[in-house]
Amino acid sequence: MNWEVVIGLETHVQLSTQSKVFSDASIVFGAAPNTQASVIDMALPGTLPVLNKGAVERAIRFGLSVDGSINRRSIFARKNYFYPDLPKGYQISQYEIPVVQGGKIAIVSPTRGEIEVQLTRAHLEEDAGKSLHEDFQDMSGIDLNRAGTPLLEIVSEPVMHSADEAVAYAKALYSLVTWIDICDGNMQEGSFRCDANVSVRRPGAPLGTRREIKNLNSFRFLQQAIEYEIQWQIEMLEDGGKIQQATVLFDPDEGQTRVMRTKEDAHDYRYFPDPDLLPLEISEDWIGKIKTQLPELPSIKRDIFISYGLSPYQANQLVASRQTAEFASATFVGAAQAAIPDLANWISGPLSARLNEESLDITGSKVSSEQLRMLAARVADGTISGKMAKEIFEAMWAGEGSVDEIIERKGLKQISDSGAIEKIVDAVIAANPQQVADFKAGKEKAFNSLVGQVMKASAGKANPAQVNGILRKKLS
Amino acid sequence: MFEKSVAELGRALLAKQVSAVELARLYLDRIGRHKELNAFLDVRPEVTLLQARAADERIARGEATPLTGVPVAHKDIFVTRDFASTASSRMLKGYMSPFDATVVEKLGNAGMVTLGKLNCDEFAMGSSNENSYYGNVLNPWDTSAVPGGSSGGSAAAVAARIAPAATATDTGGSIREPAAFSGVTGIKPTYGRASRWGMIAFASSLDQAGIMTCSAEDAALIFNGMLGFDPKDSTSVDRAQEDYTRGLTQGVKGLRIGLPREFFGEGLQPDVEKAVREALAEYVRQGAKLVDISLPNAALGIPVYYVIAPAECSSNLSRFDGVRYGHRAAQYGDLDDMIKKSRAEGFGPEPRRRILIGAYVLSHGYYDAYYLQAQKVRRIIADEFQQAFGQCDVIAGPVTTSVAFGFGEKAADPVAMYLSDLYTIPGSLAGIPGMSIPCGFGARNRPVGLQLMTNYFEEAKLLGVAHQYQLATDWHKRLPPIVSDR
Repeated sequence: MNWEVVIGLETHVQLSTQSKVFSDASIVFGAAPNTQASVIDMALPGTLPVLNKGAVERAIRFGLSVDGSINRRSIFARKNYFYPDLPKGYQISQYEIPVVQGGKIAIVSPTRGEIEVQLTRAHLEEDAGKSLHEDFQDMSGIDLNRAGTPLLEIVSEPVMHSADEAVAYAKALYSLVTWIDICDGNMQEGSFRCDANVSVRRPGAPLGTRREIKNLNSFRFLQQAIEYEIQWQIEMLEDGGKIQQATVLFDPDEGQTRVMRTKEDAHDYRYFPDPDLLPLEISEDWIGKIKTQLPELPSIKRDIFISYGLSPYQANQLVASRQTAEFASATFVGAAQAAIPDLANWISGPLSARLNEESLDITGSKVSSEQLRMLAARVADGTISGKMAKEIFEAMWAGEGSVDEIIERKGLKQISDSGAIEKIVDAVIAANPQQVADFKAGKEKAFNSLVGQVMKASAGKANPAQVNGILRKKLS
Repeated sequence: MFEKSVAELGRALLAKQVSAVELARLYLDRIGRHKELNAFLDVRPEVTLLQARAADERIARGEATPLTGVPVAHKDIFVTRDFASTASSRMLKGYMSPFDATVVEKLGNAGMVTLGKLNCDEFAMGSSNENSYYGNVLNPWDTSAVPGGSSGGSAAAVAARIAPAATATDTGGSIREPAAFSGVTGIKPTYGRASRWGMIAFASSLDQAGIMTCSAEDAALIFNGMLGFDPKDSTSVDRAQEDYTRGLTQGVKGLRIGLPREFFGEGLQPDVEKAVREALAEYVRQGAKLVDISLPNAALGIPVYYVIAPAECSSNLSRFDGVRYGHRAAQYGDLDDMIKKSRAEGFGPEPRRRILIGAYVLSHGYYDAYYLQAQKVRRIIADEFQQAFGQCDVIAGPVTTSVAFGFGEKAADPVAMYLSDLYTIPGSLAGIPGMSIPCGFGARNRPVGLQLMTNYFEEAKLLGVAHQYQLATDWHKRLPPIVSDR
């Protein structure tokens, strides 16, 4: 019998403000412990929070980008619980009325094609500090540098049905939040973390009991953790067991999830509106202003690329990040319509491979969009072959100059003079009587070998199409 | 000199009849002689004299304000850089803040000289000052009586003239009730007028700083230096600076004084009622009109307050966990145990009781029935005040049902104690300004206070109305026997 998997994600996106959400301390990662904790972050007696407008502005930007509604009035609430790295004994979050309600994100599901993932809400909150258990004997250290870092928690509806879909959603969300510049996207530093709510059920049955996998900070872990969890739940149910609602942690070394706490020991957070903060009022004017400052969104950019003749797959690859899309747009400007799919392949293929190898962002590409366009143009006009183009690309990457300079210096210009090619062909035919005989006896392989000989003799510069034509004519 | 008002001291300083250092020494000496009152928790003469010297230099440079060189003492709810800040709790014994509360900073900027920190109920929770970890404060008028609370130290210090003025805080009556019990002038402004930055929080939506002085005129002068918008407090009101002395010269002719029926009903002791009625008669003599008004749900103020204030305090006091500062138990097992023991040892019975009540009313399944309901009633009470202010300019009545009670009389019965704030809580819930001025004496010659309230942001009017009474009477100038005897 079949099982249907139901997944919803809660994603914590660290907002790219200069300072914390309720204090003016810096949020730059990696400072010495507690050097970026102000009296507010340390929750000293008498301190009060003051909301960072930049965090709100980023939340609005997100809401507009996903077509969600921006609540004109939202409320900050206190979530009360004791933990040593939670200095106030409560976290300031939004509970009943979040800043963004609804919205949607388009993704490509491997099984269902293009679908929209509905969002429940997005709310502003502060991060907690960190407990350091390794560095002290019989003690824990507390680092409050992270305490008060602004987060936008984005909650999806439980509408994904596989780990692949959850990952596709997370990637699309990641691309969006970095695209609209509300998050630096540094996953190693925890700027983008997912909690996955996973349950399984028989098709048509009511929702099964869910377990929540906490704090997944890579797409790979997200995939592995959900896959493991699905398998575990199905096995448990098929063995006649029951799922207990629980919060679990994924151990990447073991590839397993393990229970952190069950529903019985769940906290009663005693939420109530924070009396230190007034309701967050957002004016029509402010929203309007932010709207005009929004960059062109990936969904729009993608449609434009498709209109250039790219496949949806190619277009999706190019909108993986705003920098890539901008690079692609710059490359396509002035290129022949027919050359655009090739250029797209250059960007998604060799260029991205190179960037990955050197851990570079596309803005650090050593080949400019202009040179890339020139390279494709030289292939299209027959100056060089596709194979040579690869060589020239590598030479440009190594800093050896422009496309034309390298062609010139290396003498890579393709021989398209049929007289010259004929001469080489004649010489090759004369030198290889056996292969000529084999070809005439019907062995097509021998033809390829002869082509190879001609190319070799021309040091790879002969136009391969012409070589083919001339050779075939001479042998017939 | 110690009988002089803040206004007079300021003028004497400007005229160089006395120096700030001389004044500081005078009051430090008086504090030392009235240690039995237990009003002060921390006195550091070297700090005080340093500030006094700076004030003298400022006066010499001709840069003085009317407050420069005038001594002031701060309730131990305000954090201070130079004195320990304990909130009268064991939890914060010896705690030194790295910054000054805005109120402290502003009065310091005006040139006032800090005498030290004043005893109060632990975390400002109480109506008799019997909840201080550091012991009771005695009422200077009758040392067998409580001075009122939570700002008991502030009231006693001003009553005994061991400080010419003292900051205080009001959450449900913590300025007005001790001012009435101790026979001094005490005012809380509109919620949002005084910055809460640096005030150790009890119930954030109610906490408001104010001042205790010998007169309304002094309070107005100090408000000029103390109040104002503070970007560090999100609930602070962004309004233009005003001159709070501007209403002092206004007479009360034609003023409509509203008397809430509910404040003159059952429970009000005849001695208090008599003094209050006589004070009202004085206003009538000056040309004011008395208007009968009603605040039908004012009595619900107490239950509403004892849901909202504990709810907020249960959360506000969560930061005292023994992790970063404050009391940490000497012996404990794991982390949870450390937090539990530190809190159990660090908090006295009243904070513990209110934390438990607060956690209960906020818990899942009870929130709607208690907290949400209380907020609705709070709104109704605030609306009733607005209706009342349609019929009158000022609301007047008693501050308390009785004069100051004796030590231990109500300590065993929290509910009886909570009822001490019956007349003050409604105004706190509404967030309007309110004050208490001395208007005579009741049983056992203990002081009685007259409560005056106005609508939001009408402090100047309120102070003016009080001042007109004080121009015609001398209750506020009377000194307790321990002072006269000295």
